[in-house]
Amino acid sequence: MRRLVLIAVPYLWLLALFLIPFLIVLKISLSDTALAIPPYTPTLDLGAGWAGVKAFFTGLDFENFWFLTTDELYWKAYLSSLQIALLSTIMTLMVGYPIAYGMAQARDEWRPTLMLLVILPFWTSFLIRVYAWMGILSREGLLNQFLLWTGVTNEPLTILNTDTAVYIGIVYTYLPFMVLPIYAALEKLDESLLEAAEDLGCSRASAFWLVTVPLSKSGIIAGCFLVFIPALGEFVIPSLLGGSQTLMIGKVLWEEFFNNRDWPVASAVAVILLLILIIPIILFQRNEQKQREAEG
Amino acid sequence: MRRFTWFNATSLTLGFAFLYIPMIILIIYSFNASKLVTVWAGFSTRWYGELLQNEAFLSAAWVTIKVAVASSTIATVLGTMAAYILIRGGRFWGRTLFSGMIYAPLVMPEVITGLSLLLLFIGIGLDRGILTIVLAHTTFSMCFVSVVVSSRLVNFDRSLEEAALDLGCSPFEAFRLVTLPIIAPAVISGWLLAFTLSLDDLVIASFTAGPSATTLPIKIFSSIRLGVSPEINALSTILIVIVTIGVITASLVSKRASLRMQAEERAAVRN
Amino acid sequence: MAQTVFEPWEDPDQKPLIQFRNVTKRFGAFTAIDNLSLDIFEREFFALLGPSGCGKTTMMRMLAGFEAVSEGAIYLSGQDIGPVPPNKRAVNMMFQSYALFPHLSIWDNIAFGLKRDRLPKNAIGDRVSEMLKLTRLEKFAHRKPHQISGGQRQRVALARSLAKAPKLLLLDEPLGALDKKLRQDTQFELMDIQEKTGTTFVIVTHDQEEAMTVASRVAVMDEGRLIQVDTPARIYETPTSVYVADFIGDVNIIEGHGTKSGDGYDVTFAEGQPVLHAKTSRDLGSAGKCYLAIRPEKVSISAEKPEGKTNLVKGAILDIAYLGNLSTYHVKLASGQIIKAQTANTRRIARRDLTWEDEVWLSWTETAAVVLES
Repeated sequence: MRRLVLIAVPYLWLLALFLIPFLIVLKISLSDTALAIPPYTPTLDLGAGWAGVKAFFTGLDFENFWFLTTDELYWKAYLSSLQIALLSTIMTLMVGYPIAYGMAQARDEWRPTLMLLVILPFWTSFLIRVYAWMGILSREGLLNQFLLWTGVTNEPLTILNTDTAVYIGIVYTYLPFMVLPIYAALEKLDESLLEAAEDLGCSRASAFWLVTVPLSKSGIIAGCFLVFIPALGEFVIPSLLGGSQTLMIGKVLWEEFFNNRDWPVASAVAVILLLILIIPIILFQRNEQKQREAEG
Repeated sequence: MRRFTWFNATSLTLGFAFLYIPMIILIIYSFNASKLVTVWAGFSTRWYGELLQNEAFLSAAWVTIKVAVASSTIATVLGTMAAYILIRGGRFWGRTLFSGMIYAPLVMPEVITGLSLLLLFIGIGLDRGILTIVLAHTTFSMCFVSVVVSSRLVNFDRSLEEAALDLGCSPFEAFRLVTLPIIAPAVISGWLLAFTLSLDDLVIASFTAGPSATTLPIKIFSSIRLGVSPEINALSTILIVIVTIGVITASLVSKRASLRMQAEERAAVRN
Repeated sequence: MAQTVFEPWEDPDQKPLIQFRNVTKRFGAFTAIDNLSLDIFEREFFALLGPSGCGKTTMMRMLAGFEAVSEGAIYLSGQDIGPVPPNKRAVNMMFQSYALFPHLSIWDNIAFGLKRDRLPKNAIGDRVSEMLKLTRLEKFAHRKPHQISGGQRQRVALARSLAKAPKLLLLDEPLGALDKKLRQDTQFELMDIQEKTGTTFVIVTHDQEEAMTVASRVAVMDEGRLIQVDTPARIYETPTSVYVADFIGDVNIIEGHGTKSGDGYDVTFAEGQPVLHAKTSRDLGSAGKCYLAIRPEKVSISAEKPEGKTNLVKGAILDIAYLGNLSTYHVKLASGQIIKAQTANTRRIARRDLTWEDEVWLSWTETAAVVLES
């Protein structure tokens, strides 16, 4: 009896506040736009019983999804989100790996401090960390002041409100998510493996590429997914650092919902975003599971 | 064969400079006398004073704290239950669905979570306000709590629970007297994580908050959309200092505890 | 007054404390316990012995209530304990990992079970003090488990499981985590405590020496079945199967063809080798394939041919294993079999006369070898 209650409480909570809302999104994405508030006509009328269910299935249409394909704004937004997420993931990896590697090579007494330094930004407000770059990247900002002072440029550069600023923002805010799993993998690496590789004739560089990198693969994969998945649906960074021409799907969804008040289309955008995310999510889970199995 | 090379030193220095310089600049400019955030015009605490006079920020901060305390506490209870079910519950109907619902919100884009919850609240006619934000935050942070707690439960020596049963505990007593005290650190860090997530959240709160309840991130967001302001710098500095003190204290406490444990274990082997 | 021998299993009037009646336990398709029946009597120190995966731990967990039987029933003092949950059984268990509660002091660990029974405070205090005294832990009462050594933790686990004065105490590899020297001392301590408290002990172990030392009876298990249940001496001296003979101690197994002759069997085992004779009261049928099991220490070795021996074979020394107190000679017969002979090194550098490749004679008495059916 107690067991039943124990299971039922979190189960029902998640059903009510996670699964059902998502089904509503799915349903609204298949509804017709109307100007009423709420601005959609629900197509499933359970009060009408079987006839209602039947009417629901015959009334379903993919009009909103069809609309997404006709307006190039949407598929451009999906493509550009994918591009920005992918490139910034690669950049985060290139910045993050040397940091994780340096941490793993550091002396034991330094490691907890270094670890703390990586974790600290993670606990600090995301919004504030994005905001910090606004002052640095603006035309009168510190970066331009610095560049003008050193004479690298004569003209202040426009960085804020461009895609470049979005890349910087994503790399900056998601860096801890890349460093931590890679560090965790590198820390477990048995040092005698590198000694064995060198003993068998590897140079230090080739030992790094042939032993260290392959053995930290699971950390690299985990880190990349932890950056890629949230970056794809990112809203705050493109809306604060990006410009009006920066197209990201999270931002489009937000604007469709709050500015255009077109709920069915916003829902259709959400459904497609989720469909795109399913593949990386499944790959990520598989990687995690493989790692858990490898650790026994 | 660990060798800390110049390359390692350089990459760590540059990496941490990248992570910390923006925040340091933010803090420095919160003490700027000028309204222009990019020009240094002498030291002043003027913006802190103005911030404390700003009713709108203060009431948003109060709402945020109320929401965070309520949602993280409920999320900790639900998340711990969920973790216990996942690790110890054995098989039950719909277990796969349940674990799916626990892990999905972790990777679900916030815009989708926010949108779907808003549509639910409108659908059932629930007025948007503090309650709806608490419900929304509880739902996604309970999943984080459950991941933190279940990773502790996986490594939990099951024979401890069996020993409690063997000595006459009911399953509930065994959980209360043995399991819970031992996994308490994980439950506490789950609570802290849920609290921080709630404090931090802009997107989901924006969808689920009504005009009656504005949280601090919503307030900050609407004000920085218009550009950089020294008041926000002052507010950010306060938040950064609180988090830094919190994180450093927590890590010092846990480090001291583990050092003491090690010393006592060594002493026990000797005698 | 002559001490009566403790052998309740020989007395048909004795009621067993525990009865396994045709117990089967399956995990999915895997049968862990296969239609097993067994009686264990009050005050016994009973050992379940077998390799890992033989089902001994499952037997113990069924007694404690952590696993339900698939078929059959287990009775404790005549009552079927199937429907009784672990927290309501008058059975306590000492876990292999000790399972001491890390957040509680030694005192609170021992008092844990007593508090569940809602005993009055001073009764709990008295009982805990008694247990601390029994296990010589008075000094450590207020320490936490991580502040004491492994041997002390083992005693806390024992004290905690004995505190409720259970009818039956289960011990899962109780000495497995201790080093060899400490293990031997602790074995005697366990026997001592068992005798003092009069509790029935069931111990699970894979260490045959441990089982032989502590137990009044040993059950040798394999693949979910009981192979032999007997006193340690009988298990060693008169095993009823090749499996048991081989599992307990060192043994020579000779395969041959047996024919009934007089009070035992004549066994021919190879071309050109003499017929061996072994006495036995058991009837293996008239003739057929059989095995002879001979313990190495019952085989004498000599350079000269001894006179008047029934079982006498000749071979060459292949290997000598010097173990300090003992030496074991591996002797190869002309027909290819290798027979081990063990001698005690009572004199210093004794038996220098025997060395590799030497021709030697091996002999044993008619009662030394045990005939086993195939």
